[in-house]
Amino acid sequence: MTTVAVPAAADVLGGFWTKARRMGAVFTALGVLGTIVFGALASSTVDARFLLTENLEGADLVIPGKAGAIGFGLVCVAAGVTMLVGVAERWFPWLLGVAIVSLVMSFLCWQLSTARPGLNFLPLVDVVRGSFTAAIPLILGALAGVLCERSGVINVAIEGHFLVGAFAGALVATIAASVWAGILAAAVAGLLLALLLAVLAIRYLVDQVVLGVVLNLLALGLTGFLYEEIMKADQDAYNNPPQVTNWSIPLLSKIPIIGPALFTEDFFLYFALLLVVVIHIGLFRTRWGLRVRAVGEHPTAADTVGVRVRLVRYRNVLLAGIVAGVGGASFTLALAGTFNKNMTAGKGFIALAALIFGRWSPIGALLAALLFGFADKLAGYLQNIGSVIPSEFLAMLPYLATIFAVAGLVGRVRAPAADGKPYVKG
Amino acid sequence: MTEPANPPEKRESLGRAFLANVWTTNPVTVTVLAFVLAMITGGILIVVSDPAVRATFSYFFARPGDALTASWDVVSAAYANLLKGAIVDPQTVERAIDGQVSWKQVFYPISETLLYATPLIFTGLAVAIAFRGGLFNIGAEGQVIMGGIAAALAGFLLPLPYGLHLLVALLAGALGGAFWGSIAGGLKARTGAHEVITTIMLNYIALYFLGWLILQDGIQDPGRTDAISSKVDQTARLPLLVGDPLRVHLGIVLAILVTFGVAWVLRRSTFGFELRAVGLNPDAARTAGMGIGRTYTLVMLVAGALAGLAGSSMALGTAFALTPSFSGNVGFTGITVALLGRAKPWGVLLAGLLFGAMQAGGNRMQIASQISIELVVVLQALIVIFVAAPALVKAIFQLRTAKTGRLETSMARGW
Repeated sequence: MTTVAVPAAADVLGGFWTKARRMGAVFTALGVLGTIVFGALASSTVDARFLLTENLEGADLVIPGKAGAIGFGLVCVAAGVTMLVGVAERWFPWLLGVAIVSLVMSFLCWQLSTARPGLNFLPLVDVVRGSFTAAIPLILGALAGVLCERSGVINVAIEGHFLVGAFAGALVATIAASVWAGILAAAVAGLLLALLLAVLAIRYLVDQVVLGVVLNLLALGLTGFLYEEIMKADQDAYNNPPQVTNWSIPLLSKIPIIGPALFTEDFFLYFALLLVVVIHIGLFRTRWGLRVRAVGEHPTAADTVGVRVRLVRYRNVLLAGIVAGVGGASFTLALAGTFNKNMTAGKGFIALAALIFGRWSPIGALLAALLFGFADKLAGYLQNIGSVIPSEFLAMLPYLATIFAVAGLVGRVRAPAADGKPYVKG
Repeated sequence: MTEPANPPEKRESLGRAFLANVWTTNPVTVTVLAFVLAMITGGILIVVSDPAVRATFSYFFARPGDALTASWDVVSAAYANLLKGAIVDPQTVERAIDGQVSWKQVFYPISETLLYATPLIFTGLAVAIAFRGGLFNIGAEGQVIMGGIAAALAGFLLPLPYGLHLLVALLAGALGGAFWGSIAGGLKARTGAHEVITTIMLNYIALYFLGWLILQDGIQDPGRTDAISSKVDQTARLPLLVGDPLRVHLGIVLAILVTFGVAWVLRRSTFGFELRAVGLNPDAARTAGMGIGRTYTLVMLVAGALAGLAGSSMALGTAFALTPSFSGNVGFTGITVALLGRAKPWGVLLAGLLFGAMQAGGNRMQIASQISIELVVVLQALIVIFVAAPALVKAIFQLRTAKTGRLETSMARGW
C-alpha cells in the first residue's frame, strides 16, 4: 500500500509519445550509436562468418566486418525512425524485432571481425541451442512466478525453489538410479517449500517479500548443510545422478538451424515450452485463468461473486512450487550434472527479472528468458574469442534491462494490482 | 499489628504482573520461543544427517534408549560447542588459571562474536532504517560490495599517513554504499520503480562489477593469478582493540556509536520524524507537506552509507583484500537481523550480536563436532520465520494475547 502516485513519464508526455514512439526513439539512438561505434571499431579486412550448420565446413553466411556493422546499424536506425514516424499498431512487434536483431547483428559483425585470428565465426546452431539451454530454468522459474503473482502472492523465493529442486533431484535420482524419480522428488521438494510460503503468506499474513528472502536463506542453508553432511563424503552414492537423454523429434529436427538446436533437446526444454503454451491458454482462455486473474487484481470483487480467494491462491502457489522445483532439477539432471552448494548462483533472480521484464505474462516471460539466455550464451562465447567486451558486463544485461523496464524508460511494467497483499475477509 | 478494617484495593504486584505477562505474545517471549523452536528443528537436522545416529534408529523399537541417548549426545555436544565458540570455553579458563595459556585466549570466543557481529549490525541498521521509512532495502548486499570496493581502493591506492588514511577509507566506503543505495532511492522517487526489484537487480550488477574490477591491472594483486586484489595498506586498516590473537577491531566500537547515532536520528531529528511519517503513511505525510520523493532518496542514501560501512569494516578490518565473495552474504543476513531486531536500532544491535555469536560458535561447531556451519544459516532463517509469524508461535505454545506491546505481523504490502 505504499505506492506513491509519482506521475509516470508516460502520463506527463501523454498523446504523442506512445509506447511505439518511445521505443522508436530509443532504437534510433541506439542504431546511430551502433553504426558509429561498431562501424568505427570493426575491421575492414576481416569477414564475419555465421555458420548455419554444426560443422565448420558447412553452409555459412559471410559478411564483411565493417560493411556489416555499418549496414545493420543503419537498418536498426531505419526501423527506429519508422516506429518514431508512426505506423499501424500491428507492425510494431515486427519493427521491434527487426530493430533488435539488426542491432545485435551490427554488434556481432564488429566482434567477429576483431576476434582472435581463426575464430572469426559464430556457430548459429550452437548459439541458438545454448540460448535455449540457458533459458530453461529461467522459463520455468518465471512461469512459477507468473502462477504465483497472477493470483496475488509475490514470489521472491524462486532461487530457493531452484536450490531445493536441484538438491532433491540429484539425491533421489542417484539413489533410485532414475531421472524420473529425481524430477518427481524435485517437484515434491518445490511443493514443500511452496507450502511453507503459502501457509505463512496466506494464513499467517507474513509480508511476502520478507518471507521470500528468508525462505531463500533457509533453502540455501538447508541444501548446503545436507550437502556437507550427506553428499560430500560419498559423492558416488548420493551425488551422481543419471542425466536426461535428448529426444530427437522426427521431421522437425530436420529444419535448418532451429531443427538441430531446438528439436533434439531434452525433457526440460519440451516441458518448459509446453508449459508456456498451457499456462498462456489456461490464464487467458479458461474459467480457471479468469478466476486467478480476478483474485490477483481485485480479490474483494472475486470473493463477492463467490470465488474462494484463499483456495485459488493456495492452489497457484503450490503449482508454482512444483514448476520451480522441476526447474531446479534441470540444474542437476541436465545442466551441471551434480549438485553443488549455492549452484544456482542467482539464476532464480534472473528468472524473477524475466518475470518482471516479461510483464507477468507467460509469453513475455518466455521471450525475456530467451533474451537473457542469449546474453548468457553470448557472454561465454565472446570471452572465448578474445572479445574486448568483459563477459561480466554482458552478464549484467538482464539486471540492467529489468531496472530500465521498471523505471519506465521503455514502457512501464505493471504488477497485478493485489500482488503481495494478503486477503482478509470482512 | 493492626490490620486496617478495610484493606485498600490490592494493587497487582510487579512479580504477579510479570508472571501474568510471561506466557503472552509479547516480543521477548515470542523471540525466545522462536529461538527455542529453531534450535529444536536444528537438532532434528543434526540427528537426521548423522549416519551413526541414524543407524541406532533402525532398531528404535527394540532399544529406543540407544537412539535417544545417541541423539542427545550428538545434539548436546554440537550446541555446547556452539556456545563455547561464541562466549567462553570453560576448559580454556582452567588452562588460563593453571598458567598454560594467556588470559587473552579466554576472551577469544567473545572477540570472534564481536568481529562477526560488526558488519551484521551495520547491514541490519541499513535494512532497518529503510523499513522505518517504508522501504524494503534488499540491496544491502550490493551496497556492502560497492562500499567495500571504495574502501579497499582508497586503502591501497592512496598514499596517506596513519589516522587520516583510515578516515578517508571509511568515508570512501560509506560514500560508495550511499551512491549505490541512492540509485534505488532516486529511481523510486522519480519514476516509482519498486525498490525491491531495483535493489535485487543492483545487487547482481555490483557483484559482476566486483568480479570484473579485481582482475584489472593496478587492482589485482601483482603476485597472484587468481581473483584477489592488492592488500589494504597498514595505515588504512582498522586497529585491533586488544591485540593479537584477538581479532576484534575498532569496527565494533564504530558500530555501537553508529547505532546510537541512528537511534538519535530516528527519535530526535526532523529527518527522522519525516522518515517515520512517510513510512507510516506516505499519503498523510504528503498532505502534511513533506517531500516524499526527497525522503525516499535520502533514506536509501543513508541506508546505503550504513551498508557501505559494513563493507568497509570487512575490507579494512578482516579481509584486507577484495575477493569475489568478500561480502560473505552479510547483506542478506542483515535483512534477518533487522527483522529480528524489529527495525529498532538497539534491537538490531542485540540481534546482530546474537547472529554474530552464532556465526562464531558455528565455526567452532564445525571444527569440533564436524557439523557444517551451514546449520547456522538454517537456524537464523528459522528464527526469523517464527518471529515474522507470531501467530504461528502463539498457536504452537498456546500463548495468551499480550495486553501491551502486542506484536503485529510485519507490514504486508505489494510490489
